[in-house]
Amino acid sequence: MAAELHVELVAADRQVWSGEATLVVARTTSGDIGVMPGHQPLLGVLESGPVTIRTSDGGTVVAAVHGGFISFADNKLSLLAEIAELSDEIDVQRTERELERAKAEDDAEAQRRADVRLRAATAAR
Amino acid sequence: MGAQLRVYKRRIRSVSATKKITKAMEMIAASRVVKAQRKVAASTPYAQELTRAVTAVGTGSNTKHPLTTETENPTRAAVLLLTSDRGLAGAFNSNAIKAAEQLTARLEREGKQVDTYIVGRRGVAHYNFRERKIAESWSGFTDEPTYADAKKVAAPLIEAIEKDTAEGGVDELHMVFTEFVSMMTQTALDARLLPLRLEEVAEEVAPKGEILPLYDFEPSAEDVLDALLPRYVESRIYNALLQSAASKHAATRRAMKSATDNAGELINTLSRLANAARQAEITQEISEIVGGASALADATAGSDR
Repeated sequence: MAAELHVELVAADRQVWSGEATLVVARTTSGDIGVMPGHQPLLGVLESGPVTIRTSDGGTVVAAVHGGFISFADNKLSLLAEIAELSDEIDVQRTERELERAKAEDDAEAQRRADVRLRAATAAR
Repeated sequence: MGAQLRVYKRRIRSVSATKKITKAMEMIAASRVVKAQRKVAASTPYAQELTRAVTAVGTGSNTKHPLTTETENPTRAAVLLLTSDRGLAGAFNSNAIKAAEQLTARLEREGKQVDTYIVGRRGVAHYNFRERKIAESWSGFTDEPTYADAKKVAAPLIEAIEKDTAEGGVDELHMVFTEFVSMMTQTALDARLLPLRLEEVAEEVAPKGEILPLYDFEPSAEDVLDALLPRYVESRIYNALLQSAASKHAATRRAMKSATDNAGELINTLSRLANAARQAEITQEISEIVGGASALADATAGSDR
């Protein structure tokens, strides 16, 4: 059996993605971290940013995660986020408009959110 | 048509109109319960994973945090009461309010000063009418709460518990909400959110004495706990809001169903009375005609002779 880990990406109000993966890269407050099967149990605080999941069938799933936690134990990895979106759920044009508006209104929070979304959407392409 | 019959007919018409309305409300509530239940189910994975993580930090490290340690002499407590914005839900709101009042009385007996936070117009109205103090209140989202609403509610509560008691902070945080047990049963209950009883939470996660792994904390156990606990409170409040919404819709459905049934019964009784009145009217008319005819016959018979 190829080494793989089970990933659950859950947002506060729904389960966003779940499946098997070989590598998960996420950004914690102290830097990017890559988790592969057999990693030691880990619990970390996530920064807003894209999360990359390399699935066991060779595909890549990218999601925009806005704050949350990563926890890994027994080859099960959970990514908890208040808001999480898969890259293909993100409407790039709308997000660009949001970014423009956030810049115009000087809303740092909204700007950061839009920025993370855009990065996740472009990373998937 | 006789006057009495007309009155009955009018009442039947008005009761049927009411019945139509309550029937519609019943069906709307029934569809909303299903939706609300689905939302409760959708929020469960997050809540579960979060609880797991909290237990992992709480038991896997010796960190002391204001949100997990009990104060020796708790003097102030916050009570969050979840009610609905609208009535027509049977005893839903009064049960929740009653549970909150019992909890408040208990806390006051223990010598704690209680700050009340209320969600839902009904609870606010109840407290305002009695001129009791409300620390803060929210309304407008009780039918379909979102996570953002839960965050909004949680923010001042977390702030209050992090503040020193002398500066207006609180030592304990309790919550009163209506648990959605099933379509037929909803119970108002109170739960202590903070300080966290880690043993209880641990039991929820690993009932079979399963040992949690020794985690590596990134960046550190304190920081993780700092970030985790507010999220935990938010997710608990979110879950309670959703359950409360589902319970409210279930209670509305039940109340409206009995209102519809009662209206049907009333229509039956009224139409029986109307029938009797109509029959009495006909009988009276016949006896009047017969009486008149025989009087006429008697008169003509007399003049003939």
